[in-house]
Amino acid sequence: MILIHCPYCEEARPEVEFAYGGEAHIARPVDPSTYSDEQWEEFLYIRNNPRGRHHERWRHTHGCGRFFNAVRDTVTDVFETTYKAGEARK
Amino acid sequence: MKRFSGFNLIGEAFRSHQGWPEHWPDKAPKASYDAIIVGAGGHGLGAAYYLAKKYGITNVAVIEKGWLGGGNTGRNTTIIRSNYLYDESAHLYDHAVKLWDGLSQDLNYNIMYSKRGVLMLAHNVHDVQSFKRHIHANRLNGVDNEWLTPEECKAYCPPIDISPRTRHPVLGGALQRRGGTARHDSVAWGYARAASALGVDIIQNCAVTGIRRGADGAIEGVETERGFIASRRVGVSAAGSTSLVMKMAGLDFPLESYPLQALVSEPVKPIFPCVVMSNTVHAYMSQSDKGELVIGAGTDQYTSYSQRGAFHIVEHTLAAICEIFPIFTRMRMLRTWGGIVDVTPDRSPILGKTPVKGLYVNCGWGTGGFKATPGAGDLLAYTMAHDEPHKINAPYNLDRFRNGRLIDEAAAAAVAH
Repeated sequence: MILIHCPYCEEARPEVEFAYGGEAHIARPVDPSTYSDEQWEEFLYIRNNPRGRHHERWRHTHGCGRFFNAVRDTVTDVFETTYKAGEARK
Repeated sequence: MKRFSGFNLIGEAFRSHQGWPEHWPDKAPKASYDAIIVGAGGHGLGAAYYLAKKYGITNVAVIEKGWLGGGNTGRNTTIIRSNYLYDESAHLYDHAVKLWDGLSQDLNYNIMYSKRGVLMLAHNVHDVQSFKRHIHANRLNGVDNEWLTPEECKAYCPPIDISPRTRHPVLGGALQRRGGTARHDSVAWGYARAASALGVDIIQNCAVTGIRRGADGAIEGVETERGFIASRRVGVSAAGSTSLVMKMAGLDFPLESYPLQALVSEPVKPIFPCVVMSNTVHAYMSQSDKGELVIGAGTDQYTSYSQRGAFHIVEHTLAAICEIFPIFTRMRMLRTWGGIVDVTPDRSPILGKTPVKGLYVNCGWGTGGFKATPGAGDLLAYTMAHDEPHKINAPYNLDRFRNGRLIDEAAAAAVAH
């Protein structure tokens, strides 16, 4: 099982304590009513799905309960780093 | 190709079977083809075969990064069924089931399609209502599916525990008798052999490294590890790697790739006569002709290309199996493995044209692509030959993520799909 470092608890905990939250840094629409169908498609459905470095959200569901971001390699599943929500993309 | 027949078999018996030729020759790529398929899994090889057989395009190459049938075609649990809720899905998957019937004769290759039945167990009132709704919807679409009482479930599949004292009592089941299993490797090999005999070149160990587009944006061919190969028609059938191939053509796709695991037990004598699925407990199982119990596990929660999965997923699956089939609690598991499945937002495939002229796609089958192998191959071939989708795969276009006409089997099929 993968160990994930929670940047709030400052502790590496087993994966089962966490919930995956999908690709990170996808900005919510500021003014949704002005969004075109293409923009909605991009926001809701299009994903980067890279082979290699992936920015993603996790939530420490069975711990502090807070969302944070992580960079993980999708080939080796090794976490490069985790950082608090709101911090700049790493 | 030397045909398999009783006559040839007896003839070869007198020659110590030295006269059988190779199933398909290993070809070097030509400079150009009328059509190129990227990905030599069951779907891609099927598309090449039907292009040559039904649609008259025989100058075809199938390009594969690894070895033939080494991706999800060789990693699935070989289950075949078509008991899907929505009309579009029922038509799509039943098209495949109709082709499975008679495929061995068509390919002159025994793919071991066994109509042993797929039984989906209901454990609560919601399951009962949902499965009965599926049964009625299936019947309206001409797909066989019937309701069994717990006693009938037990009679059909004796290892099931139907005692009312279990944690998840069996309240009944939906049985599709035409469902069953096939031998996955034979499907890939049979299609490869038959396609090769019709003139299709199968090029293995040759990764696609780029897709070349002309000034008008149309497809001109593919860059590979063994040089540029020209073609005006390219069909991509690359499962978990589809996002990567599409990026080469400048397209972003609504796909995410997840590891999906399966495992087999040590081989035992025949004990398990059909396929049993339980969505609520999340377990499904069948027994292969070798005697191994073949068990499907779930996907990991995170995207990955690692072709393995987390250990706790296996643990969870086996806990569910032991719950429904206490008889197997002392079985030992022999092997586990993972494949990378490409999942769409609505859990239905994308099969048709792309915004790039001459580029076609067959992807997004997620956790349930094997059952569709002949149908997906045929429909991709049809779409490439006519430059427009067949009416069966027309709803499975890319535009649905823009116009909102989703085929939301994610909601309809619950866990197992």
